[in-house]
Amino acid sequence: MIQIVNYGVGNFTAVANMLDRIGTKCEIIADPNHIVYDDFSKLIFPGVGSFDAAMSLIISNGWVNPLNKFIENPNNKLLGICLGMQLLFEKSEEGQLQGMNFIPGKVVKFNASDVSIRIPHMGWNNVEFKDKANLFKDIPVPTRFYFAHSYHIADIHKDDIQATCNYGYSFPCAVKKDNIYGVQFHPEKSHKFGLKLLENFSNL
Amino acid sequence: MIKPRVIPVLLLKNGGLYKTMKFEKPKYVGDPLNAIKIFNEKEVDELIVLDIDASKNRKEPDYHLIEQFAGECFMPVCYGGGISNFEQAQRIFSLGIEKISLQSSVLNNLDLISEISAVYGNQAVVFSLDLKKNLFGNYKLFSSSNHKTVDISWKKVAVDAVNAGAGEILINAVDRDGTLQGLDIDILGEIKPLLSVPLIFCGGLNSLENIKLAVSNGADAVAGGAFFVFNGPHRAVLISYPKYNDLTTLFGG
Repeated sequence: MIQIVNYGVGNFTAVANMLDRIGTKCEIIADPNHIVYDDFSKLIFPGVGSFDAAMSLIISNGWVNPLNKFIENPNNKLLGICLGMQLLFEKSEEGQLQGMNFIPGKVVKFNASDVSIRIPHMGWNNVEFKDKANLFKDIPVPTRFYFAHSYHIADIHKDDIQATCNYGYSFPCAVKKDNIYGVQFHPEKSHKFGLKLLENFSNL
Repeated sequence: MIKPRVIPVLLLKNGGLYKTMKFEKPKYVGDPLNAIKIFNEKEVDELIVLDIDASKNRKEPDYHLIEQFAGECFMPVCYGGGISNFEQAQRIFSLGIEKISLQSSVLNNLDLISEISAVYGNQAVVFSLDLKKNLFGNYKLFSSSNHKTVDISWKKVAVDAVNAGAGEILINAVDRDGTLQGLDIDILGEIKPLLSVPLIFCGGLNSLENIKLAVSNGADAVAGGAFFVFNGPHRAVLISYPKYNDLTTLFGG
C-alpha cells in the first residue's frame, strides 16, 4: 500500500491511476494525521507549481513534522515527483522559503544562455541512469520520460545522483539519499517507462 | 536532447469525437474514450483534447468525461473548452489532467492565465491562438467560440499571454484545419522570434516530412487532427500514430 500526499497542488490523481494499473493499492491523503508510520510504509510526494506556493501549503497544512517523522524509520520510503522532489532540498532560486532539507543540494533555474533552449523544459527526454539505480531496475536503455519544469537540482553530492538528463547541459533528474527518492520527470505520465519505475518503487 | 513532440488533437462535441474542416462541418468519428485508449496504447507523446461546443454554448466542461479519459492517459494531456474561471481549472487538474488550454475566456483579459499559473505553474497553462487569413492574405486572430476574427494583433496577444504566465502557445491555422494540405510554415517565421516558451504548431499536418519541416522552422511540438484519425482519400476513420523509432529517425536521433 502506497500513500499519495495531497497537500494542495500536484497531479496525485494521475499517480493513483497508474498505481491502480500496476495493481498496487494506494490512497490519496489530504490530512497529515493519516500518514501510516508502520515499518516499510511508502509515501509519494507529487507537486506542481511554484516552490514557495507549495511550501507554504505544506507548512500551513502541517505536513513538515509528519514527513520528518516518516523518514526517520529507514525502512520507510519516500518518493518526490517533479516539484515534490525539489521540495526535498534545502532551497530554490524560485522562492524564498526553506525546503524540507532532506537532501543536501539546491534548486536552480535552467541556464538559458543557449538561445535554442526553451524554458520550460517540456517533453520527452532520454534519461541515463546508474547501473545499480534500483528505481530503474529492468528499465530498457535508452529510456525516455516526460519532463515539464523550469528549475533543476544542482550542488548535490554525486553519490546521491541516480540518473541524469541532458537539456543544453546535463543535470540530475533522479536522486536517492538513504530512504528518500526523487525524480524530476513525471513517471505517472511516462507510459510503460513510468509504470515500471513506479512498480520498482512499489517493490522496494 | 529533447525530442520534438508530436501531438494528436481530439475534438469533443456532445460527448462524441468529431473532426472539423476549417473549424466547420464537424464530422463524427467515434467514441472519444475508445480513441484515447488507442492513442495511449500507441504511446503518443501527448494528447490535446478540446471541447469545441463548451465555450460556444457557454457550457461547463464535461467533468465526468474528462475524469474518464484522464484515467486512461499515461501520457500528458491538455484539456481545453469552457474554462472561464479558476475553480473550473482547479477541478480539471484534480481529475488528473496536467494542462489546460485557454482562449475564449482570456482573449480580452489575461488575468485568468496569471491566476492559474501562479498556483499550478506556467507549464500547466497553454494559450490557444487560432489564426485565419483575411481577404488580403494577412493572418488575423480568430475567436473559435463565435467564429469571428478579432481586430487585435495576434502576435501581441501571444507575447502578452506568455508574459501573463502561459507556458506554451498552441497555434492553429484555421484555413488549413482538416484539409491535410500541410502546415502553414510562414506563420512560424513571424512568431518564433517573439516567443521564449515552447510553441505547438497545428493546422493541415499531412506527413512525417511535414512534421520535420515545421520543427526545422522552429516548432517545438507539432499537432494534428485529421492526420491521426483519417486514412485514405475517402477519409475513412482509422486511428494511427507514427512509431517512436520512425520519429527519432525523422529527427535524426
